[in-house]
Amino acid sequence: MLILAIDTSAVASAALMSDDAMEGVVGSFSTEDTRTHAEVLAPGIENLLAEAGVTGADIDAIVVGVGPGPFTGLRSGIATARTLAHVWNKPLHGLMSLDAVALEVAESTDAPAEFLVATDARRKEVYWARYTLTAGQLPKLVDGPHVGFAADLPDLPAYGAGAGLYSDVLRADPDFSEEHPDALYLGQFALAKLAAGETLLDSTPLYLRESDAQVPGPRKRAL
Amino acid sequence: MNRSQPLVLGIESSCDETGVGIVRGTELLTNTVSSSMDEHVRFGGVIPEIASRAHLDAFVPTLEAALAEADVTLDEIDAIAVTSGPGLAGALMVGVCAAKALAVATGKPLYAINHLVAHVGVGLLDPRPGGAGETGNGPALPENLGALLVSGGHTEILRIRSITDDVELLGSTIDDAAGEAYDKVARILGLGYPGGPAIDRLAREGNAKAIRFPRGLTQPKYMGTAEEPGRHRYDWSFSGLKTAVARCVEQFEAKGEAVPVADIAAAFQEAVVDVITSKAVLACREHGLTNVLLGGGVAANSRLRQLTEQRCSAAGIRLHVPPLDLCTDNGAMVAALGAQLVMAGIEPSGLAFAPDSSMPVTTVSAPAPEAAQTAAV
Ligand SMILES: [Zn+2]
Repeated sequence: MLILAIDTSAVASAALMSDDAMEGVVGSFSTEDTRTHAEVLAPGIENLLAEAGVTGADIDAIVVGVGPGPFTGLRSGIATARTLAHVWNKPLHGLMSLDAVALEVAESTDAPAEFLVATDARRKEVYWARYTLTAGQLPKLVDGPHVGFAADLPDLPAYGAGAGLYSDVLRADPDFSEEHPDALYLGQFALAKLAAGETLLDSTPLYLRESDAQVPGPRKRAL
Repeated sequence: MNRSQPLVLGIESSCDETGVGIVRGTELLTNTVSSSMDEHVRFGGVIPEIASRAHLDAFVPTLEAALAEADVTLDEIDAIAVTSGPGLAGALMVGVCAAKALAVATGKPLYAINHLVAHVGVGLLDPRPGGAGETGNGPALPENLGALLVSGGHTEILRIRSITDDVELLGSTIDDAAGEAYDKVARILGLGYPGGPAIDRLAREGNAKAIRFPRGLTQPKYMGTAEEPGRHRYDWSFSGLKTAVARCVEQFEAKGEAVPVADIAAAFQEAVVDVITSKAVLACREHGLTNVLLGGGVAANSRLRQLTEQRCSAAGIRLHVPPLDLCTDNGAMVAALGAQLVMAGIEPSGLAFAPDSSMPVTTVSAPAPEAAQTAAV
């Protein structure tokens, strides 16, 4: 099974994953910054396909990180994934983006049995979720995703760039203090879940916040 | 690629309309639009984040509907065109990402197109049989052409020497767009959203001469002379007008008198339309423009059309008004301009361009960056 995974909930990343390949990875790329998604994503995917020598027809499914993440960046990945899936006529699955970091934690040597993943939600808040871990199994999401102030999070080891940013109030793991959700881990997570016959999410974005629009009140009358 | 009668698919997402249009050369095959306007009503104006969310959900269904209506497949398409600016940054991003993905998935060339110039591009579509309005000269733009674009997002006067590579901005609003001023004043008057049609309707019952509202940027220091033009000779400003309307309403209320809403609507509309048309005609006369194309959603305004026609004909300028559904934001105009670029042999933009919320009209389509092919990290 060959899948194309895309995540733009923080940085822009994409990966071609296959259960036949070593560690599942056929090819991948990710950006350093969080503000050039529209420029780099499509050329990156085009290169990924060219270097792997595959076309849309060879892909079995597309997986996209549905956030949470800053809205504009998040939409760039979902718009891309939906369009590719539609044109290639392939199934499209969504995965909660923080799962990618959770899997990365689970694959590290001293992963705790219970932990948080946190990413930068801007406006002094983080997107976060709580996971538990049983040996030999995928990390299990037990709470979240939520958006809130770092100081209000449960007192657990915390992983991801959101933890790194607020290491003054969180038990941030220094090895993960700059980690963002990456399509590579998202794709691995998806392959494992699909192989286990689990259903994934659809591609509805997890905005977690309203659009911020204010309904204007009645105009004050001059008296 | 077929460069004589190219089949081009155009995508528009710069404001609150998700548009997909398809043309073959200058023939319009479909103009499919999904609008999020209803979702903005309770806010009294377009909320960018709401528009962006709506674009994301509307794109694929709009694409499907357009292909079905045009009865073509993506395989048959020669090129894809997308609005890459100017417009709302988050809204542009959705259309641009979808267009790029479409280009990756189909292998078709992609053109990143200027929204304002695309408004002029509809003038190049063949007149529709039985369609309302006319573009006059069929698929060739007239000589000495200007374009007056008036909408909720922009207000400009352009000179078009060549629609594919020589467009110049003569004047524009320095603050609110005219349509935006209509929305804000409609809110002050309690007329709801969108403000344009509401004010236009009510203005017919009012006396436009009952009150005189200011015409922005018309003082000599801004206008200068034809020989020594002031900095804002062909520019507009509508924020002062909005404030003047608010003051006027407050004064009636303070005096305990009934607010003459219809008169205010009529006087406001007259102020907007007067200053738009007088400056546009002035710009045309002083630049030797003998044809003007009217575009943008406010082209639907009856008084704007009337006064533009009147003043253009008095100045010996021929006015062209495309059918209304092609004046408002749509994908067909993007496709129409895309087809012109293909026919002119202009190279596509590649996949690495960035949407540009303030794309200048001098950039008709984004040039392919030199590193376009190697931009991926
Ligand atoms: Zn427009």
